[in-house]
Amino acid sequence: MVKFLPLKQAVAENLNDGDSVAFEGFTHLIPTAAAHEAIRQGFRDLTLIRMTPDLIYDQMIGMGMAKKIIFSYVGNPGVGLLRRARDSIENGFPRAIEVEEHSHAGMANAYEAGAAGLPCAVFRGYRGAGLAAVNPNIKSVTCPFTGEVLAAVPSIRPDVTFIHAQKADKKGNVLVEGIIGIQKEAVLAAKRAVVTVEEVVDNFDDLHPNLTVLPRWTIAAISVVPGGSHPSYAHGYYARDNAAYLEWDEIAADREKFQAWMQANVFEKNAGDFAGRVEHLRKAA
Amino acid sequence: MSDNPGFTPNEMMTIAASRALRNDDVCFVGIGAPSAACNVARLTHAPDITLIYESGTIGTAPDVLPLSIGDGELCETAVTTVAVPEMFRYWLQGGRISIGFLGAAQLDKFGNINTTVIGDYLHPKTRLPGGGGAPEIATSSKEIYITMAQSKRGMVEKIDFFTSFGHGEGGDHRKRLGIDTAGPTLLITDLAIWKPDPVTKEFTVVSLHPGVTRQQVQESCGWVVKFAEALDETPAPSELELTTLRDLQARTKAAHEGTGKAKAA
Repeated sequence: MVKFLPLKQAVAENLNDGDSVAFEGFTHLIPTAAAHEAIRQGFRDLTLIRMTPDLIYDQMIGMGMAKKIIFSYVGNPGVGLLRRARDSIENGFPRAIEVEEHSHAGMANAYEAGAAGLPCAVFRGYRGAGLAAVNPNIKSVTCPFTGEVLAAVPSIRPDVTFIHAQKADKKGNVLVEGIIGIQKEAVLAAKRAVVTVEEVVDNFDDLHPNLTVLPRWTIAAISVVPGGSHPSYAHGYYARDNAAYLEWDEIAADREKFQAWMQANVFEKNAGDFAGRVEHLRKAA
Repeated sequence: MSDNPGFTPNEMMTIAASRALRNDDVCFVGIGAPSAACNVARLTHAPDITLIYESGTIGTAPDVLPLSIGDGELCETAVTTVAVPEMFRYWLQGGRISIGFLGAAQLDKFGNINTTVIGDYLHPKTRLPGGGGAPEIATSSKEIYITMAQSKRGMVEKIDFFTSFGHGEGGDHRKRLGIDTAGPTLLITDLAIWKPDPVTKEFTVVSLHPGVTRQQVQESCGWVVKFAEALDETPAPSELELTTLRDLQARTKAAHEGTGKAKAA
């Protein structure tokens, strides 16, 4: 049954060294506060799963927390490269990581298969693409009806998934709206799910009936962290901090500058600091 | 090229690319140069074009160019926003995209694209972001348009990694792999418009932008360039096209810097 917990406790109770973990959110609703809490608690040997590793995995890889990364786009969206991830892949700094690379279609299908309780996903993909030759987890199956050769990848079943969402009701049901990305699939594919939310409301009685609501019994823990997605965004609450994404390019380019930034902005801060970071990004409603 | 033609090579590239899009196209938009071209098309001759970004936003009409494929405005202005698995399964794999519009870090003459690594995959000299949606966009869209600024580093004889498949080794290579979509049918650079040879599938220059010479095209390209016998000159940007593009870029710049300024305040 879902518990409302302080973020520190929610992370401590659900994440362990060596876990496979997905912090999902496709550009929108990236669970930055949860990732920063995981960094403060210093987990090791994680298998990090995310379609677009983004800043949070650049930070976790830069802190040496990952032994493996499963992804489909290791860039800073619209800006360029993820420089801590690059340093790890190119130079083994601060440690070498194992890389399992897919396409977006491959990852999306694999999460969906995980949510559906299937062992693998089947789709029309990777045709002529070099990834099939370097990733042994990309295989093919032949359709028994038509003979068409299709791509197959193992489903994604993380030990734990973290997402950020707009709101929970008092019972712990969770609403996700806007660019819903892969949130629902990532939660349902995981053994346990932790959700940070912008706010808690009395009930969801006034919601449109087809909105994406994750029933409370699909979630292990909920933490209320306003601004918890910054510098990503929460549709209806605050905008994406595009300037912060541009700034990250410079911070992550230098090992010492990165460490100093992590010290000042992660280790010496806590989940309560996120609300202040989005003040200037809140739209006048 | 004349000293001051009144527009930059990049502006010519974006505008030439925008002209290739039709009002009834359903276009899967890559970020960067393709995004600018697609939105110029929408704001000029193709107001009803359906623009789709891989974040699941279908029929979007942003006022400023998004920095990422998942900026909030894409969702706010979209006809509908779907989950990412649905995006790739029903809409792309389902065969509903007429044009996939891609950029490239490295491109070869057969329209194969590398955005994954420079050097060896396991020990890369430079680890680039990778494919994202591109591997399946390249094979499931009915046609592929590519746009990039020319350089010897970018347009190479042999790419380091096949992120997304164009015409492979040329000829009927797509067919041999069981891929029944057309693949790259158009390449728009800052200097020229290129189309694949109907048989060999090698990109061939069919139109030079105003003031551009054959020599300039060759000097900024890593393979021996083929030119069509009847070479056109790309019409210069119209006043409306230029104003539309510049206004869009000015709005975009102001919007993306805005959050930073407010932060400093």
